[in-house]
Amino acid sequence: MMFRLPRRRVAQVIALVVILLLDRAVSPQFFDLRLQDGRFFGSLIDVLNRGAPVALLSLGMVLVIATRGIDLSVGAVMAIAGAIAASLADSHGLPLVLTAALGAGLVCGLWNGILVAVFGIQPIIATLILMVAGRGIAQLITEGRIVTFASPDLVWLGDGSLFGLPVPVAIVAGMLILTGAVVRGSALGLLIEATGGNARASELAGIGTRAMILAVYSWCGLCAALAGVIAAADIMGADANNSGLWLELDAILAVVIGGTSLFGGRFSLLLAVTGALIIQAMNTGILLSGYPPELNLLLKAVVVLAVLLLQSPRLAGLFGFAARLRGAKA
Amino acid sequence: MRRLPPAIITAIVFVAGFAICAMQFPHMASTRVVANLLTDNAFLGIVATGMTFVIVSGGIDLSVGSVIGFATVFVALAIERAGIPPWLAFVAILAISAAFGAAMGGVIHVFDLPPFIVTLAGMFLARGASFLLSTESIPITAPVYSAVSDFALPLPGGGRLTAIALIMVAVVAAGALLLRFTRFGANVYALGGSRVTTELMGIPVGSMTVRIYVLSSVLSGLAGIVFSFYTAAGYSLSAVGVELDTIAAVVIGGTLLTGGQGSVIGTFLGVLIQGLIQTYITFDGTLSSWWTKIVTGILLFAFIALQQAMIAIARRSAVSKRGAKP
Repeated sequence: MMFRLPRRRVAQVIALVVILLLDRAVSPQFFDLRLQDGRFFGSLIDVLNRGAPVALLSLGMVLVIATRGIDLSVGAVMAIAGAIAASLADSHGLPLVLTAALGAGLVCGLWNGILVAVFGIQPIIATLILMVAGRGIAQLITEGRIVTFASPDLVWLGDGSLFGLPVPVAIVAGMLILTGAVVRGSALGLLIEATGGNARASELAGIGTRAMILAVYSWCGLCAALAGVIAAADIMGADANNSGLWLELDAILAVVIGGTSLFGGRFSLLLAVTGALIIQAMNTGILLSGYPPELNLLLKAVVVLAVLLLQSPRLAGLFGFAARLRGAKA
Repeated sequence: MRRLPPAIITAIVFVAGFAICAMQFPHMASTRVVANLLTDNAFLGIVATGMTFVIVSGGIDLSVGSVIGFATVFVALAIERAGIPPWLAFVAILAISAAFGAAMGGVIHVFDLPPFIVTLAGMFLARGASFLLSTESIPITAPVYSAVSDFALPLPGGGRLTAIALIMVAVVAAGALLLRFTRFGANVYALGGSRVTTELMGIPVGSMTVRIYVLSSVLSGLAGIVFSFYTAAGYSLSAVGVELDTIAAVVIGGTLLTGGQGSVIGTFLGVLIQGLIQTYITFDGTLSSWWTKIVTGILLFAFIALQQAMIAIARRSAVSKRGAKP
């Protein structure tokens, strides 16, 4: 495991570069960047910008998966946070809007964490509850309508610019640095990995595994809420039915592409975000190439399978594979 | 395994729920409403039967909704555009579904991968394939379709037991018998109990895994055919999110998500409870449809909490050990 990690890191970067080069082949001006009104424009920036919600989700998801968990509810949490932000935006200031939306995400994450850590429910099932009910709650908040708003502060979060970058990209970068500093700057990351590697052994070694699990699910909820606010700000409205729909799957995919095993343990924040960018670069490439966007799902399926097979502990060699295939048929 | 307390609790919830509904809206206690409950949830009942086998065996199948969508589009295109006789189209889609399920089961077993992520890939694959076939809604006008939708067994009280409701009831009955009274069913329970033990007992784990996912996919294909009867059309976006409804129905039906325990009858009741919530909302008229999701979520939580409590009680007599086990 230890010696394979550097090689893996190279693999993701190569994959991203190859996809970007393919995009370049499809659309010759893909790498063009221009500076206008103090902000960069271009397809590359666009990939970063469009990929921001999934990148944020994958930042939270990677920690959850590192504890051997999974969070299916992030899409629904996005919808809830977006709904809250959109309904408050025109009557309240930005600080209150953000506090309310992010607070709701934190509560959602904490609820998931309590179900998993305190009640000992399987993560898939525990978060399935909020995945099913969450969208209903979001619709309750918006009363089934698509709530639009015009508050310039909130809109700025979606399409303003900061340090020459679109705000969503700056937020992702900020969150990546913050999460990285907290998790890797202290022993926290190690404790999270230990919890995922062997919860019982970690518990016996004196690690507060329950606190770790509560913390990662809460963080995941917070990241999802932030993604929801950005998605709402981007379209200047909250659509409880479609905001963040199926994005939980993209986030899980991003984490898996980033080389973090679904069986917990080692994780890499940077590679998870790279995974999110790989997914977005594929999306953008298909759109630019003029192929039907429906092809996207097929491509994703192929990528999932390829990554899974690479990660598979059983794929030791071609001979072993052939033997197993015969064994399976018997 | 012969006792099924969780399913009995589901039955009590269903009967109590129905009684409350009937008290509030006396018109609900009619064969008409009950027959509609069966017709409207026919496809869900069929998929959920297959999902019960998968979950009892300790797996999960996220691809079912996409397979339904693919089946409706495939059947519609085959009948309307290619002029293939409907029965042949049905056989073809069931064969394709079987191959799809076999592939997923094979990958899960051979590469020892989590079913969750393999069937997730399957979900993308099937949905993407149906988008590629067609993104439009294709109406089906074949005579078989009008014949099937006209066919119904009249019930006393004005209810009509439609053909698709009958198909669903037949699938549920066959599934219940298969899971409870055959060697295959016993092996499914064994797999969910412990994979290693099952292997040591000499049960071919690989071929069992493949067969279980084939069963689930074939029933999804059948549900797709039933869905196309229900809507008389094929549409690549149909049955989006059905995998969640299905899993919720199975859990509400008292099947343990860790595998090893559960029943098809419980699942059937879980499907009916979801249908009942929808019917209640329709009857009420002032409640919005999103309450379905919230109430389903609450029920899901209640049943999972119940399962955890039962497991905790069962373990109390054994070793008392502390510690989280995520």
